[in-house]
Amino acid sequence: MAAVAMTVVVLPRSLAALFPGMPHRLTLERGPETVGEVIAALDARWPGVRDRLCEAGPALRPFINVYVDGEPGTFATPVPGGSTVHVLPAVAGG
Amino acid sequence: MAQRLLVLVGTRKGAFVLEPSADRATFTTRGPFCNGWPIQHMTLDPKDGALLAAGGSPWYGQAVWRSEDLGATWTHSSEGLTYGEEGPAMRAVWHVTPANGALYAGVEPAGLFRSDDGGQTWQHVKGLTDHPSRSTWAPGNGGLILHTILPHPDDPQRMWVAISAVGCFATEDGGATWEARNHGVRTDFLPGPTPETGQCVHKMALATGDPERLYQQNHCGTYRSDDAGRTWTCLDEGLPSTFGFPLVTSPVDGDTFFTVPLNGDDRGRFMPDARMAVWRTTDRGATWHDLRNGLPQQGAYLGVLRDAMARDTLDPFGLYVGTSAGQLFASADEGESWRLALDFLPPISSVEAVLVDA
Repeated sequence: MAAVAMTVVVLPRSLAALFPGMPHRLTLERGPETVGEVIAALDARWPGVRDRLCEAGPALRPFINVYVDGEPGTFATPVPGGSTVHVLPAVAGG
Repeated sequence: MAQRLLVLVGTRKGAFVLEPSADRATFTTRGPFCNGWPIQHMTLDPKDGALLAAGGSPWYGQAVWRSEDLGATWTHSSEGLTYGEEGPAMRAVWHVTPANGALYAGVEPAGLFRSDDGGQTWQHVKGLTDHPSRSTWAPGNGGLILHTILPHPDDPQRMWVAISAVGCFATEDGGATWEARNHGVRTDFLPGPTPETGQCVHKMALATGDPERLYQQNHCGTYRSDDAGRTWTCLDEGLPSTFGFPLVTSPVDGDTFFTVPLNGDDRGRFMPDARMAVWRTTDRGATWHDLRNGLPQQGAYLGVLRDAMARDTLDPFGLYVGTSAGQLFASADEGESWRLALDFLPPISSVEAVLVDA
């Protein structure tokens, strides 16, 4: 049987701090196919994550950046099996 | 049951919970809470004693935070705090107020939301957004924000809200429909006759004991309404400027309220002559008296934002003023004397004084 290609997700520590039990780095076993599906999978485990990362639309919030295997992504960007998805807060605040 | 006083301080970098000594002379401080998010307002849910904090993170957006253990632990939710796919993106919650067994939240861009489950989920009070003037609403310097929510003390169908820079609105049917109530309030920043909406209201409050009387601090003056906001009378005579942000009423005397005039909207927005004062009227704004005892009287280039003044309900009542430079000044004698209660906080957005079970 072929091994399932897992998706590695790296989250901001400031996001993980908002949800008890959320790690900074985790793997998703059933491959989500887009960035939006990665966020949906996170929201299923930690309800409310989607509201923190996304606006209505849905779209990523203005100061939330997502990279798929190092390339900038959007809500609809495909996530091939075995990818690493980085969610990073942009430079903002004061 | 015995009660204890808490002073809730929302800042640009988190929420703080202060507990005064019995004489309200010294304060213990806990915080910052809410992960350092900008917190615009805090209050107490009287239904269950939970603390609430309204704010918005530049990264993670709008939320109402809730603590059921007086600040030790917090949760957050923004479920339902949205205008949906067709509406504008929401940025922050600016005010949260309990009323009629529910919670109401004022948000940016301006709108009103209601929660019937303690802030876990929210529903849009669409009647306000549906007001015919909505397409003309424009932001002030702080954004297009609904920052004041005033429930009628006896009639659950009635409520007032204030939006910058749009003005005062009132409902008398539980929020289904709203009426703009700004007649008599100047708009010095607009040409031509005063419009129905477009007023830059900074804060409003109900007179204690008379829910038909409101007081208003505006970008363009200080006002009183004796007819539930339908018409307003300017009260500027005797004040050092027409510009300020907060306004707080006495908890025992409907004729008494307090403001903090700043030197002017185009002159730096700090204390006139760099001397800090809280101004009090005891005759509904006919005359004014400055309260300075204990407040800095030189080099006080300080601002005070719209929600950064509060009073408690003890006897005599206490007053609390937070500055944009992170000082909290407190008076335990209704403003007659003041002391610096706390320094070096982040810029203070809001102050509320609440009583909780001991």
